[in-house]
Amino acid sequence: MKNKYSIFSLIKNAFSNHENWQRAWRDPEPKKEYDAVIVGGGGHGLATAYYLAKKHNLTNIAVVEKGWIGGGNTGRNTTIIRSNYLWDASAGLYDHALKIWEGLSQELNYNVMFSQRGVMNLAHNLQDVRDLKRRTHANRLNGIDAVWLETDEVKKFCPIINTSQDIRYPVLGGTLQKRAGTARHDAVAWGYARGADEMGVDIIQNCEVKGIKRNGDAVEGLETTKGFIKTKKVGVVAAGHSSVIANMAGLKLPLESKPLQALVSEPVKPIIDTVVMSNAVHAYVSQSDKGELVIGAGTDSYVSYTQKGSFNIVEETLKAILELYPIFSRMKMLRQWGGIVDICPDASPIISKTSIKGLYFNCGWGTGGFKATPGSGDLFAHTIANDEPHKLNAAFNINRFVSGDLVDEHGAAAVAH
Amino acid sequence: MFLISCPYCGERDQSEFVSGGEAHIARPKQPTELNDDQWAEYLFMRKNIKGIQFERWNHVHGCRKWFNVARDTSNDKIEKIYKMGEQPPKI
Ligand SMILES: Cc1cc2nc3c(=O)[nH]c(=O)nc-3n(C[C@H](O)[C@H](O)[C@H](O)COP(=O)(O)OP(=O)(O)OC[C@H]3O[C@@H](n4cnc5c(N)ncnc54)[C@H](O)[C@@H]3O)c2cc1C
Ligand SMILES: [Zn+2]
Repeated sequence: MKNKYSIFSLIKNAFSNHENWQRAWRDPEPKKEYDAVIVGGGGHGLATAYYLAKKHNLTNIAVVEKGWIGGGNTGRNTTIIRSNYLWDASAGLYDHALKIWEGLSQELNYNVMFSQRGVMNLAHNLQDVRDLKRRTHANRLNGIDAVWLETDEVKKFCPIINTSQDIRYPVLGGTLQKRAGTARHDAVAWGYARGADEMGVDIIQNCEVKGIKRNGDAVEGLETTKGFIKTKKVGVVAAGHSSVIANMAGLKLPLESKPLQALVSEPVKPIIDTVVMSNAVHAYVSQSDKGELVIGAGTDSYVSYTQKGSFNIVEETLKAILELYPIFSRMKMLRQWGGIVDICPDASPIISKTSIKGLYFNCGWGTGGFKATPGSGDLFAHTIANDEPHKLNAAFNINRFVSGDLVDEHGAAAVAH
Repeated sequence: MFLISCPYCGERDQSEFVSGGEAHIARPKQPTELNDDQWAEYLFMRKNIKGIQFERWNHVHGCRKWFNVARDTSNDKIEKIYKMGEQPPKI
């Protein structure tokens, strides 16, 4: 049993200089065989393992991660969480996740610092206004909270925004989802890892999958840098590296992997208490609890696995930030980084079985999957355990690219790609 | 961020160009004869290689001409640049 984290355990451990905290998860060597193996120890993979153990009683399972858990996009994203997507299928998917977020810290006994500070999306031209108003109507029909704000209401909600109508891309209004917000990215990975480990899941770091062994059209196991692991069920949740792993099984996916960048400033006193996104000028900003501005930029136009991204992309984002928030003109940026995002042609994810028995993929989250972490893990676990999708992820199967039943969310994805 | 040598204009910054994705995906000769799987393959499925990939690029802020590039996507190093219609080099 894991010790429960509480104010009392915090005080107690303070007396021993915080040197006696119990390990949050074990560091096991892989067993010869598991009932299922999850490839990729990001938030989605760890959540999948957690729900497989918790809801489907599959505890003889492992998560294999080539680096350290949470070191992929989970630990590189700008942590924006919202569910205001356009289509019914997406509304169902993302709001399912948002509802789990609302009780996640309690469920995991791990503070994921979920903060419902609201997310505002700005409109800068007439088409933006029409699209965003349409989206608020669609959201409300799906029971998702969304309101339209006129320019003066935008200014009232976030006073530091420059709402002058003389700038190049003036603010013509915006939408607000109040239940939306941010969470602490690493804590999500660590909280799920701790919870899964407690139920017996092996979390194996520094273990890269190099090959998928098949017998005809069924999975037999995985070749890894820590030897062969026998298993009949493999769930791949490898974000930017999904195509690389699909290739090992002779499959092709409708994905392109591109660098997406973010940056943070030096820490300052509280100045912006919400999240503001702007699709048209491509700038979005929030403030971390440490006081840093967290700024998201766009993707590069080309496929790359370098986890860097081009300087001109950052430059364009900062230009837009400065026009919208002149108050930041003398802020210094501290750090910049990139992650590799797996983009689907319709900007929606794939949570699906494949043509190979026992091989499942959860990918295509691209620039916006952090918000879906708990829901994605829950639905992927259901899909793997039952060999059938849950009704909330049925629309996100891989066959939609054959049937033409796409779920086009380029408008709501909010990152220009 | 890297430099690309346009076969028509010479070496320029990558930001002058736009990537057109995977090269050598030929438009079907008889579109009406394709089944849904073949359409999906042509329209959506991509190799998305980590390593040397053949791509189309356009010098969009220059001569606006298309050409092919063989590029290592794991380090953004360009191996070879060749014109439209030419066969991919052996690398
Ligand atoms: C800069 C940036 C900003 C973003 N901002 C937001 C945002 O504000 N809101 C939002 O909702 N989303 C955002 N995203 C997207 C979000 O980060 C991702 O969609 C999400 O975190 C994906 O989670 P994951 O667990 O699937 O992937 P990851 O966390 O990337 O996990 C995949 C793991 O698989 C491992 N792996 C890969 N290949 C192998 C192998 N062969 N063997 C073993 N392991 C392997 C990797 O090492 C990695 O740890 C952003 C992304 C980036 C890069
Ligand atoms: Zn040129």
